[in-house]
Amino acid sequence: MPGVVDAPPLIEAPVLERVLAASLAGGGDMAEVFAEDRQTSSAMLDDRRVEELASGRERGAGIRVVIGETTGYAHTADLSEAGLLAAAEAASAVARQGGGGTRTVALGARRAASPRAEILPSEVAKSAKLELLARADDAARSTGGAITQVTVGYGDSRRRVLIATSEGVLAEDDQIRTRFNVGCVATGDAGMQTGHESLARTEGFEVFGKAAVEEIARTAAGRALAKLSARPAPSGEVPVVLAGGSGGILFHEACGHGLEADHIVKDASVYVGQVGELVASPLVTLVDDGTVAGEWGNYAVDDEGRPAARNVLIDHGVLTDYMWDYLRARKEGRVSSGNGRRQSYQHLPMVRMTNTYLLAGEEDPDEVIAQTPRGVYVAKLGGGQVNTATGDFVFGTSEAYLIEDGRITEPLRDANLIGNGPDVLRRIEVVATDFAMMPGTCGKDGQSVPVGCGQATLRITGVTIGGTAA
Amino acid sequence: MSDLLRLAEDVVGRAQRGEEVEAYVARGQDLEVRAYDGEVESLASATTSGIGIRVLLTDAGDGGRLGFAWAGSLDEDVVAATLTEARDNATFATPDSDVVFAEPDGVAAATLDLWDPATAGTPTERKVAMALELERLVRSHPQVRQVDSADYGDERVEVALASTTGIRATNRRTGSFISVSAIVGEGSDTHTGTGFSVARSPEGLDLDAAAADAILRSTRLLGATKAASARLTVVFDPRVVSTLLGVISSALSGEAVVKGRSFFADRVGEEVAVATVTLVDDPTDPRAFAATAYDGEGLACRRNVLIEEGVLRGFLYDTVSARRAGTASTGSAVRGGFAGTPGAGCRALTLRPGELDQKEILARVGAGVYVQSVTGVHSGVNPVSGDFSVGIEGLMIRDGGLAEPVREVTVASTLQRMLLSVVHIGGDVEWLPGIAAGQTLAVADMQLSGS
Repeated sequence: MPGVVDAPPLIEAPVLERVLAASLAGGGDMAEVFAEDRQTSSAMLDDRRVEELASGRERGAGIRVVIGETTGYAHTADLSEAGLLAAAEAASAVARQGGGGTRTVALGARRAASPRAEILPSEVAKSAKLELLARADDAARSTGGAITQVTVGYGDSRRRVLIATSEGVLAEDDQIRTRFNVGCVATGDAGMQTGHESLARTEGFEVFGKAAVEEIARTAAGRALAKLSARPAPSGEVPVVLAGGSGGILFHEACGHGLEADHIVKDASVYVGQVGELVASPLVTLVDDGTVAGEWGNYAVDDEGRPAARNVLIDHGVLTDYMWDYLRARKEGRVSSGNGRRQSYQHLPMVRMTNTYLLAGEEDPDEVIAQTPRGVYVAKLGGGQVNTATGDFVFGTSEAYLIEDGRITEPLRDANLIGNGPDVLRRIEVVATDFAMMPGTCGKDGQSVPVGCGQATLRITGVTIGGTAA
Repeated sequence: MSDLLRLAEDVVGRAQRGEEVEAYVARGQDLEVRAYDGEVESLASATTSGIGIRVLLTDAGDGGRLGFAWAGSLDEDVVAATLTEARDNATFATPDSDVVFAEPDGVAAATLDLWDPATAGTPTERKVAMALELERLVRSHPQVRQVDSADYGDERVEVALASTTGIRATNRRTGSFISVSAIVGEGSDTHTGTGFSVARSPEGLDLDAAAADAILRSTRLLGATKAASARLTVVFDPRVVSTLLGVISSALSGEAVVKGRSFFADRVGEEVAVATVTLVDDPTDPRAFAATAYDGEGLACRRNVLIEEGVLRGFLYDTVSARRAGTASTGSAVRGGFAGTPGAGCRALTLRPGELDQKEILARVGAGVYVQSVTGVHSGVNPVSGDFSVGIEGLMIRDGGLAEPVREVTVASTLQRMLLSVVHIGGDVEWLPGIAAGQTLAVADMQLSGS
């Protein structure tokens, strides 16, 4: 970006080369240094007050040593050569019994990473960030007296990473992320209901020139208000129409996690041995794509130094490939697909999704609803969870309606839907044109990373919805 | 330990005229070993430390303005920059006369021994051997097809807190855990089960019990099918009850109450549960996983009765939410490490145990469904509205005993109705990781959704 001066590297190349050589002094196949410098700022408005303006700073490095099937890992907040060498010794403890020897490591040329943001959030006045909160609070409360509580959150982060390995990889990235979220409580005769909406982009403060915070606030308030008159969700198997961009989390849970190679190599996924097989309706073409600029799961290089990539996972219903990180790819004698990610320098990398989406279809979204005599229309999904070994998954609704005679009618209270991944993927019978993405946070093995999900309006012939209405 | 308190006091000593300062300093050491297929898959060790500083500007007269900053380092220049940043952040806050720091309230802190030197003293080789042995115990079972993960982990955490309002507090604790996940069956009849054990040190861990639990929980689901929808009595496993109490706890936070986000608000003195339900939060009970002597603001933790024989008695408060509610802190400030600020919450919830064990409860219930595990708690349970819908795995209850396994079904109700529909509370209390103990619990009149 013009005007942004590249920062010096977190660790100079000669230091990296010496630390990597020391990491392998006791033996080992591969050593890696992952350095990270993360700055965050956040603000929260709750109960009409700016409660908290917070700033955080964290920097450190994790050192990984791989020997055979075993990985040693240690991390330190001390980025001096002495601090890094101490971590290298701890990480290489797993390799002590192996044969050592003198190793030299030569890194490739440095390619500095530029932050992909027009306006760095760190250069925006704190008062300007707080003004967004007040505007959203006003907008949410102006939708009516039934809105009894509003929480508004703002957050930005700048995450600089550097990855160097004994195989010569030297990569850097500078990731800028900005988020804004509104939560509302509406109170009516039948109790309280909640509504949420969020904006989250791998961009700088310029996002607020493209999206109005008032709109986000009104959407959140509208969801809470709609549910005040909601009736209990049905119970049992019903046709379900998911609105375009309602979450896309269906695919994230129903098959995304099951296509992560760490589950595959351990025979802990229902999709083991299914490459080349028809695993979904022919309407399903599923892509994981870390290169989509601005989306929440976007980056230039992953946390192992591999460039982000666009990977087609399911092509017209046929499983084409899994997602890979360094370790699992090495085991299969192939290269990583750019899906090696970690929450921070304190964590080991593993296979993670980026932006996972279903390509749009050809039907008119209104027609999809009109062709549904009776069912449930999900305007907004909540979170979800999957057991990759069995394929069973759940996802929650946070805005849903009944469909009666091809029309959207009454709002429904929150409920979970439950299904089995391969089964539900085969039941997708129509996909519309109105593609949209949504941000989310994906948790796996105790680590959280930002991801994107996307899909157009679609209908599933039958999913079990767990309401209380008979 | 004393070096942490010294640092916290040093930061507090830099307070300027017209401001209060609070410093929270923490240091943690942890080790994690994962075994797979008879080998060490990964061995990770680390020490982390950091500081969180709150500055309250009190010079404006119309209420304090609060700012916060944190850093994952205790280096002198970083600490100084963090204090400056917290001070700057405070200038942007809305003045609020309810925002104050805790002051010592005369309640003496419990003397708790939560630090077992054996956690650090046990050689790494021994801990690695435990992970390998755990994996072997499960893998050697003839019905187990795969062991997804077998982990050993431990941690040592030390915290010091000081403030210009007279707070001086230190906490330290150790913890060790093992966890193993088994996969059994083939194709669409694949099932998983997890077993674990937690203790203050490696010696307290029970490998055989964790392995047996993973095997039992996976193998007994073999042949599971989707059950037919029905309205029935649900018997929850102790582990599930611990999770559910954790969800209910957010509605018992005074902070949620004063902000109008709890379905318990305005109901103190009312019957919110059946008379057998007495719910207590007692972080001074050393058996509780999250036991601690001081809360997140440096006040002594204490025993608080929340529901007594079905009647709602009160909520848990930190200093700020207590002032908003016109009451005093209950010593219930919780914070998520040095990067978090205090809020009101539970640490050690327990239901007063009943007389029956699980087998006796199943016999009394006669017919229903036994829930071994739940999914979608975060997406399907809303602590503001009380709506409750979760995915479950378990076994049908027929003729007073466990019968055929079920999967891919949900159970639903509302939290409010569930508390009024409790029919049996088990005597089989288990102290589990998290913020609540668990025991077998039977709840009538829930909706099972299946085929």
